[in-house]
Amino acid sequence: MTEYGDRYLVGNQREQVSRFRARVMLAVPLAAILFQVYVPRFLEFLGYLELPLLVTIYFALMRRSQIGGLFIGAFIGLAQDSLSIKQPLGMFGIVKTLVGYFAASVGLRIDVEHSVIRFLLTFFFYFFHQFLYWVLARGLLGRQIPFEIQLTLVLGLLNAIVGVTLFHFLDKLREPA
Amino acid sequence: MGRPILAAAGFQPALAMETLLNRYRNITVLLLVIFAQLVLIAVQVRNDQDVRMVRVWSITAITPLARVLEAVRGGTSGFFQNYILMHDARADNRRLQADLDRLKMENQFLKTEISTADRAKALVAFQQRTQSRTIAARVIAAGAGANSKVVFVDRGSVSGVEKGMAVVTPDGIVGKVIAAYPTASEVMLVTDPEFAAGVVSQKNRVVGTLKGQGQSTCKVDYVPSEEKVEVGETFFTSGDDRIFPKGFPVGVVRVVRASSPYQEVLVEPSGLDRGLEAVLIVLEGVHQAIPELAPANAPIYLGTPPPPVPGEQAVQPAGPVGTDADRLLEKYRQIGTAENHKFGEGAPGTKPPDFNIKVTPAGAEGSDAETRRRGDAATPSTVQAPAKPASPVAPSPARPLAGSVPPASQQPPRDQ
Repeated sequence: MTEYGDRYLVGNQREQVSRFRARVMLAVPLAAILFQVYVPRFLEFLGYLELPLLVTIYFALMRRSQIGGLFIGAFIGLAQDSLSIKQPLGMFGIVKTLVGYFAASVGLRIDVEHSVIRFLLTFFFYFFHQFLYWVLARGLLGRQIPFEIQLTLVLGLLNAIVGVTLFHFLDKLREPA
Repeated sequence: MGRPILAAAGFQPALAMETLLNRYRNITVLLLVIFAQLVLIAVQVRNDQDVRMVRVWSITAITPLARVLEAVRGGTSGFFQNYILMHDARADNRRLQADLDRLKMENQFLKTEISTADRAKALVAFQQRTQSRTIAARVIAAGAGANSKVVFVDRGSVSGVEKGMAVVTPDGIVGKVIAAYPTASEVMLVTDPEFAAGVVSQKNRVVGTLKGQGQSTCKVDYVPSEEKVEVGETFFTSGDDRIFPKGFPVGVVRVVRASSPYQEVLVEPSGLDRGLEAVLIVLEGVHQAIPELAPANAPIYLGTPPPPVPGEQAVQPAGPVGTDADRLLEKYRQIGTAENHKFGEGAPGTKPPDFNIKVTPAGAEGSDAETRRRGDAATPSTVQAPAKPASPVAPSPARPLAGSVPPASQQPPRDQ
């Protein structure tokens, strides 16, 4: 894609950038993190739901800003790290920073309003997130944790289904154009 | 030299840098952020020190929300738990109440079963004890009339029951069979106004006729006013009516009113005291003795002395033990020895031995004491009323308490 094309595309997409109120941008990630650390205490099976990741993907896709996406990812990832006592700060931060960046990059180029696109993107980024975390854990921390592809794919599907539903709900929090 | 060329070509370094940064700004920021986090991780891993500040921020931001959420959750779940608990408590209460009612019913049922079993046991014991041939029957129904004193039992002519047979329990007479059907019989109770039976009092042998009154008590008719009947004494069947064998308990006298020419005597039938469930039908009646009342000055029976304790020497009587004839024979033998006389050898008319000489037999000192010892060593005797025959029941080796009387079953029959 040429520089002209990029600028044209970005300029064209900028008109479709979704805007959110500041309190929504703050409350939704906080609620997602809170959900992640609180609800599995009572409903253990919900621990497989990566709500912070889904929120990161959503905001990155809809904001269509790579810098915004990476900062959202870094913010949510670091918060998630900080609530994991045995986790060095930065592990989820790096992973979600990359997810936010790439999700925003994708959001700049394709129409992400469609549910199927959202489903596929969520599935892909979930797998990417888990794989990248596994690589970082092995590479940076030397942890010999297993990577179960089948389980990751199944959980990716489940997270994608929940993500599509969640995205539909979060769409209602957008500011009207 | 190159710079003028680039300048001539219109190249401006500051502009180029700005353009470069603008073009790669996003990726640059990404790299910077990732690099910063890598450094953060490296610092933590190298120094094994946590970055407390970032965690404090996050936890400070999260925990108030978590606290509110937990309070809401706790309150909500507590409310529902209490509601469910109360609901369960009500359900438990209802269930326990039902269980309690059921257990009460079962308890009552078991008590009734035990009572029935006791009665059945008493009935069997009485059936084995009595000399009359009886058959056990169960009361299955009552008569239909309002004043009816009639019941139906589950034994009939097939079992050998016939009209006119006596119906009794261990406590007393119940009635008589007035109709026998193949599998059941109709029994007129002693309280029926048409019922009559010959009775005799236990104490003074006052004879009368028991009649039902349609009430819980019966009256004894034809008791002359000069006869003595006491409240509390028991009437027994006299056997005169040829229905009830002699000697079955009838009831206890409750009321005695003087009247002329006959006294008014009311008796509470003992056979109906504990309700009617099982009865005995007398197939072949055998008269039996009316138990004797124990007199107030009943003799005291002394038992045999206890056996000697092993290892302890028993006290033996000093002299020979025998009857008076034995002692007399011994005395004559000693007299004959002293006078050189052999009994049975002298011809008639010869001088007989002098039986008046004083002979002191060996070991005969203290003959009174010997006699007393012999008396003590004799079989059990009575202290009072020595002429009274001993109990037919073998005396107990243990000495009865002073003033005690033998049970009625051990008393000798007076009139058979």
